[in-house]
Amino acid sequence: MYDFTYAKPASLAAATAALATEDAKAMAGGMTLIPVLKQRLNKPSVVVDLSGLGLTGITVTGDSVTIGAMTTHAAVAASAEVKRAIPALAALAGIIGDKEVRHRGTIGGSLANNDPAADYPAAALALGATITTSKRAIHADDYFQGMFTTALEADEIITSVSFPVPAKAAYEKFKNPASRYAMVGVFVAKGPAGTRVAITGAGQGGVFRHAGFEAALAANWSAAALTGVPTSDADLNSDIHASAEYRAHLCNVVARRAVAAAG
Amino acid sequence: MPQVTLTVNGKSATVEVEARTLLVELLREKLGLTGTHIGCDTSQCGACVVHVDGVSAKSCTMLAVQANGCAITTIEGLAAADGTLHPMQEMFREHHALQCGFCTPGMVMAAVDLVNSNPQGLSEDEIRHGLEGNLCRCTGYHNIVKAIDAAQGLMHAPAAQ
Amino acid sequence: MNAVFEGIGASPRRKEDLRFISGRGNYTDDMNRPGQTYAIIKRSDRPHAKIIAIDTAAARAAPGVVAVYTSTDLAAIGGLPCGWQIHSKDGSPMAEPKHPILAEGKVRHVGDPIAVVIAETKQQARDAAELLHIDLEDLPSIATVTDAMKPGAPEVHDGIAGNQCYDWHLGDADAVAAAFKSAHKVVTLDLENNRLIPNAMEPRVALGDYDRFSGDYTLYTTSQNPHVIRLLMGAFVLGLPEHRLRVVAPDVGGGFGSKIYHYAEEAIVTWAAGKLARPVKWTADRSESFMSDAHGRDHVSTAQMAVDADGKFLAMKVHTVANMGAYLSTFAPAVPTYLYATLLAGTYTTPVIYVEVKAVFTNTVPVDAYRGAGRPEASFLVERLVDTVALELGMDRVDIRRRNFIPRDAFPYQTPVALQYDSGDYFATLDAAMKSADWAGFPARKAEAKARGKLRGIGISTYLEACGIAPSKLVGQLGARAGLYEVANVRVHPTGSISVFTGTHSHGQGHETTFAQLVADQLGVPLSQVDIVHGDTGKIPFGMGTYGSRSLAVGGSAMVKAMDKIIAKGKKIAAHLLEASANDIEFKNGVFSVAGTDRSKTLGEIALTAYVPHNYPIEEIEPGLDETAFYDPANFTFPGGCHICEVEIDPETGVTTIINFNAVDDVGRVVNPMIVEGQVQGGVAQGIGQALLENAAYDASGQLLSGSFMDYTMPRADDLSNITVGTENTMCTHNPLGSKGCGEVGAIGSPPAVIGAVCDALGIRHMNMPATPQKVWAIINGRPAA
Repeated sequence: MYDFTYAKPASLAAATAALATEDAKAMAGGMTLIPVLKQRLNKPSVVVDLSGLGLTGITVTGDSVTIGAMTTHAAVAASAEVKRAIPALAALAGIIGDKEVRHRGTIGGSLANNDPAADYPAAALALGATITTSKRAIHADDYFQGMFTTALEADEIITSVSFPVPAKAAYEKFKNPASRYAMVGVFVAKGPAGTRVAITGAGQGGVFRHAGFEAALAANWSAAALTGVPTSDADLNSDIHASAEYRAHLCNVVARRAVAAAG
Repeated sequence: MPQVTLTVNGKSATVEVEARTLLVELLREKLGLTGTHIGCDTSQCGACVVHVDGVSAKSCTMLAVQANGCAITTIEGLAAADGTLHPMQEMFREHHALQCGFCTPGMVMAAVDLVNSNPQGLSEDEIRHGLEGNLCRCTGYHNIVKAIDAAQGLMHAPAAQ
Repeated sequence: MNAVFEGIGASPRRKEDLRFISGRGNYTDDMNRPGQTYAIIKRSDRPHAKIIAIDTAAARAAPGVVAVYTSTDLAAIGGLPCGWQIHSKDGSPMAEPKHPILAEGKVRHVGDPIAVVIAETKQQARDAAELLHIDLEDLPSIATVTDAMKPGAPEVHDGIAGNQCYDWHLGDADAVAAAFKSAHKVVTLDLENNRLIPNAMEPRVALGDYDRFSGDYTLYTTSQNPHVIRLLMGAFVLGLPEHRLRVVAPDVGGGFGSKIYHYAEEAIVTWAAGKLARPVKWTADRSESFMSDAHGRDHVSTAQMAVDADGKFLAMKVHTVANMGAYLSTFAPAVPTYLYATLLAGTYTTPVIYVEVKAVFTNTVPVDAYRGAGRPEASFLVERLVDTVALELGMDRVDIRRRNFIPRDAFPYQTPVALQYDSGDYFATLDAAMKSADWAGFPARKAEAKARGKLRGIGISTYLEACGIAPSKLVGQLGARAGLYEVANVRVHPTGSISVFTGTHSHGQGHETTFAQLVADQLGVPLSQVDIVHGDTGKIPFGMGTYGSRSLAVGGSAMVKAMDKIIAKGKKIAAHLLEASANDIEFKNGVFSVAGTDRSKTLGEIALTAYVPHNYPIEEIEPGLDETAFYDPANFTFPGGCHICEVEIDPETGVTTIINFNAVDDVGRVVNPMIVEGQVQGGVAQGIGQALLENAAYDASGQLLSGSFMDYTMPRADDLSNITVGTENTMCTHNPLGSKGCGEVGAIGSPPAVIGAVCDALGIRHMNMPATPQKVWAIINGRPAA
């Protein structure tokens, strides 16, 4: 790791100011950032620890679940309210990484980083979440802009994420056998945002919506409706664990299982 | 250099570290607590698991400065002050759940957290999934699973509460 | 005299565990020396390149830097030696290119060390290493044995034609050819044994220290065999005599073979400590381990079996090409020859066998022995071939095995590939394993799985291994450059407590317990009274270390020999004290007594007399009760057994799940059943890892694609099932314990059982390892192999 200055601001304003420094880097739980720093793949001037900002907690209303950006995966997974309102979201949080990752990793960190194999982006996109930041509210449809790329500005900090409560939803994940990240993760939802299917882990550009699956499920919400619906492998990842063709196949299998789980 | 004040195994310590120092480096190099091990550099093996404010964390994936003000428990602090072993340690020995011993501190600390956070009890399958963050190359996990299963019985027994 | 029996056959809890479960183990990285500096090795990120220039000026000027060294600084010291010389068919010695400590002129694999930076802190060394300017010019490169042997292939070492290290053979080619001509059928199978990365959980560490006032060097290192390191590094690399070099291996966090070898980093830190007169410590990062620890396996073979119409094996022919990597690691040449080809008879009566083995260099990390070493490759080949023969003859996999097993009454059995098996009962282990696995109930389980849309399969392996290495005279004739005896020093202290100094070294096997049990049992003392000392050339007379499942069979036998001397001397002392003839003294349960009387002396009393020799036959025998023995085995030992694996495949995803695994092994006399069970379970887990998960993947140029745990699939708890272990033991006939060894049986026996099960589930003839979801899915869907 290259050395850097460490800052732990106590207010959003101070954090925003600290992030204005050239090559500053925000750190939420650090579950992705610290491994990246250890590999010397990033050389920040200052690491801005957001854990002093509060930003934790879960609020459930009749039609939405709002989660503070610094809420850990473990807290979301264990939340009785989330389990009641959007069980698929709690279940997703409960299978992110391993339990040590879940104890420290946060929803804000996951969405800000937008790792192409992260789980939360699939939920945010499929449920049509709204990402609230220090500056504005961004709809998920406008937020994800490709692998490790989002609509966030350099000094913009996610404060909370709000998920509309769907009628039906589920997340299923086929893990990379080695890293255990999503090789194909599919979140299916039928709710206020419509029938939406978001896939993580598979695409070269990060999380994406699957128009073919969405159309099939909008017409007939059942696993059987997806049988034979193709996934183009043109923009899918290919590596030693899974060719693009195999990933395309898994998209269908995992999506069907997700629909079956959603009921 | 930043100063970190933390409680480790019940004792307070204040240490100056570079900002880039990992918690595991602080424990091993500054405090001489070499029971916490480093087995990989991609946050996957779990040899470095300690408890931070009561829950398990990989001390290789946490900056020392992030532990400022935290209470840390390492494998050295798991047994009672009089040396009485924690039931998890006892069951690891009883069930031959360790061979070379290198993964053991992290495995034990992760297992204690796993059992603590599942008071309803864990099936064999749940124990296996619960160990996703810890690698062992010696045992094939068979006896580790047995040991954790036995330990949860002791940890949840009325007398242990 | 013990309240609880703790001798041979008991399973007391391990003596070493209290420190390990309490975080008080003492691994090499836990050690630090006053004034210590830190070394970072700059390694090649190219598979093959010419070193045009190395500019170290900026690195030298960086904060905290103490020294920067490249190969030119090491001109006076030797390369890493190879411990085994193979001769080709034509009698010529193998090609043995220099293995420099730091790359000289060229780099030949990703991870090849180029320079070392030593600084006051590890971070400073790492910061400075980035300031090294290394100008490399890429050269054409190769990663596979197939590419290495192509005409016009790039040469890994200039002047080594066809990249060939050796072209070796064993057996009777003419007899095999004749048998093939007249056979009912010849079954052919092409197969590969995938390259693995050992990944002991403790990365390698080396800490060199030098005392400029005495001239003494000390190396603390993660080693399975500190005496071997002292011998190789002292004599061949640094030119240091034994009495100036101490090698200490404290607690070792797993090895599986990868910590046998003498590595460059050990020589670097020891040499640099002398140069700088300061301690120098190097600790591998895991991603560094992936490209600097010796890899394992990596064979490409064609196997053929000639059979008669009844499925009786008539002759076998094997052609194997083994990947050596870029340089010869310490014991690499022996693995695909004497640890592999000699095992090709397996448990069967195949009367004639001919095997050719070519070893080739590639631009990959050197390959050497990894848990099983040669024998897993042999068992995979033989057992997969036997399954294929059964399939092609329409015979049952179990029947064909029974038909060809070496009969119970045929031991000692001379195979056509040099080995003579001393004992075994393959029918017994087969029957027990089939019972344990409920083989008979499998069809019902398969049908039940089918109803759920899953594919069930069952696989069987009736393997054999040779271990307990090895008779020195024999291995010397075969090219070993060392003896393979073992040494034990048994020291009975004046008050009767006992220290045993052994040249073997535990890296997880529990020697402190097993050996103490052995000594407690033989000398009739409580277990708590015996301590095992190992891992330090400054304390132990000599030794060859722990590998090849040899510690109990060879090291334990040395202890028995030393204890025999203790008892013989004790009898003389007792005879003097009891005024009897030494011939009339019996020793039992820790007591020397005059036969047929109640006159006796305890071992403690005899020990005290030996050290306080006031009333002592001083003219006949010396004071003290301290005996050393060197034990050189008369033969290998031959564990074997039957492994049965049941799997279920999800045809939609290609995911294979282990339903259960049953192993019944013959490991000879068991000292601690709990430890044996643990050893087998751990070995099976590595075998399942090889069969389903693990693969050291290189691209065609030699870039390592699976260079971290992010891409190299290590078995985790939820990848495995319970592993049921049993034994059906026959005794080794040529060592005093009857023990055969148990450390490698799991890794040797299991892969063919797993792949047999996968093939059975898929209804296919064969597939190569690992059976990953992607590969299985491709097979189910008729896709070309990935």
